[in-house]
Amino acid sequence: MIDESILKAEEKAVYNLRSLYARYGYQPYKMSKFEEYDLYARNKDFLVSDGIISFTDTNGKLMALKPDVTLSILKNSKDVPHCTQRVYYNENVYRISGDTHQFKEIMQTGLECIGIIDFFNTTEVLKLAARSLETLSPNYVLEISHMGILNALLEEEDAGDRFNEEITSCLDEKNPHELSRICRKYQVSDTLREKLLEFVHIYGERHQVLRDLDAFCDTVPLIAAKEELQRISDVFDETPYSDKVRFDFSLVNDMKYYNGIVFQGFIAGIPEVVLTGGQYDRLLSRMGRKSSGLGFAIYLDLLDYLHQDPRDYDVDVVVLYNDDTQREALEKAVEGLRSEGETVSVQREIPGHLNFRKLMNFNGEEIVPYE
Amino acid sequence: MSKEMLNIALPKGRLGEKVYSMFEKAGYECPSIHEKNRKLIFENEEKGVRYFWVKPSDVAIYVERGAADIGVAGKDILNEYEPNVYELLDLNTGICKMMVAAPANFHDDKSRTLRVATKFVNVARTYYASKSRDIDIIKLNGSIEIAPILGLSDVIVDIVETGTTLRENNLKVYEDIFPISARLISNKSSFQFKTSQIEDLVEAMKVQVDRK
Repeated sequence: MIDESILKAEEKAVYNLRSLYARYGYQPYKMSKFEEYDLYARNKDFLVSDGIISFTDTNGKLMALKPDVTLSILKNSKDVPHCTQRVYYNENVYRISGDTHQFKEIMQTGLECIGIIDFFNTTEVLKLAARSLETLSPNYVLEISHMGILNALLEEEDAGDRFNEEITSCLDEKNPHELSRICRKYQVSDTLREKLLEFVHIYGERHQVLRDLDAFCDTVPLIAAKEELQRISDVFDETPYSDKVRFDFSLVNDMKYYNGIVFQGFIAGIPEVVLTGGQYDRLLSRMGRKSSGLGFAIYLDLLDYLHQDPRDYDVDVVVLYNDDTQREALEKAVEGLRSEGETVSVQREIPGHLNFRKLMNFNGEEIVPYE
Repeated sequence: MSKEMLNIALPKGRLGEKVYSMFEKAGYECPSIHEKNRKLIFENEEKGVRYFWVKPSDVAIYVERGAADIGVAGKDILNEYEPNVYELLDLNTGICKMMVAAPANFHDDKSRTLRVATKFVNVARTYYASKSRDIDIIKLNGSIEIAPILGLSDVIVDIVETGTTLRENNLKVYEDIFPISARLISNKSSFQFKTSQIEDLVEAMKVQVDRK
């Protein structure tokens, strides 16, 4: 039997999430801490951070402490026609943290769905993302975006990769003033500039976003993307967490790898994105694969933000003994305390480094308050 | 449910005071801020705002880490630290430029490494990388203008408002890098949970910007 009170927030989360994913037929996936460096060098832009810890293996091969899980799973999976593989993982990854510029070990859990990604699979993964967030906190938001809309908009005028990158970065910042400046710098048409400016402000409640998109989507690819979002919204209308799921087009991922649906999750009280995911068919096709892929990752180390109340005591009771104490008698008496649910540390002298609630003494027969 | 307080990080100094008066006119006043004391945190529960003064270069950190929901930071700070935040509004105040300045007789000899003195290491590195120019960065914390005069560097990368300091030190603007003004930024997670509060504030501030 597991005593839940001693589990840390991330340990509880892993336990609950594993049980959730297993119920949906996801198989656990265990991988090595190391991976050939080459895998990341080939797909460098797919990684969240630039830095990779690398070292030379005993056979001279350049290896890396894995900064990402998805690439390893994809490398080790095979295309199976007409089939969809479902795996989940719980692994540590090693990345440079954005603000400290130091390497950081990050506990990550997540799932990948590889093979045929139809509407059923898409909504199953999205629902699992929402339910994963719900497992972590009742106060969460899942934001969904569709890369098809931005792709279609930018393809209307081919202003070059640099323009696309700068616009993507403005959308990510919900930054209308820089967006306008960049459009002028690259001399794109007023129509595209106005559309992009409008696009920055389309986010929030799903039905409102869909209404805003109505006037906006006037080409075949835009209409197709909007219809997919409409169907997704209809699915969430039927769920008890419908109000937690929103659309937000400031959410954009690298267009070289992602297509279709991308999403991210926030939890109140945690200042960073907790969950991030999307459909990455383009990554698979760059790896020479025919399959589609959809998945997400959750950064469990961020749960620390939710549990800021420090424990008052390291242990409930400290019991002191001396050279004359009989081991069996002491052990029996302490076991009695433990069976009452107390945490007990047995010490020869009052420990300076421990915070305790009660200080007791073993007098040879029983445990009594220390005087 | 009662409204949650909106935590706002303001940059200490002249820019912060200018920006606070915009918040005040936009209906987010906090009279206790005018009291003469050393307090750093001020709140007006009725308006749902809590202001605090922090070092200008730290505003982005407070906002990125969620200690402040929104804040005001210059574009120079945002480009230097590249925090992962929303940049919701250009407040069109605190206007100046990031530029390269050099002694009046400076000639850029492209056959040698350019020595650049600056507080803005990331800005300088990115700018010269985009021009494929090899540079040697000298990180200074103040009085950047004297670096080329004393032969410590060839040029400086710094902020210029009026150009007076440059002129007095016999320096001139060599290249513009980007225009700077104060920006209203928001923590990405706070934005999800205090959306309408932040949107209302941005709208009210937009009116103040347009009136200027």
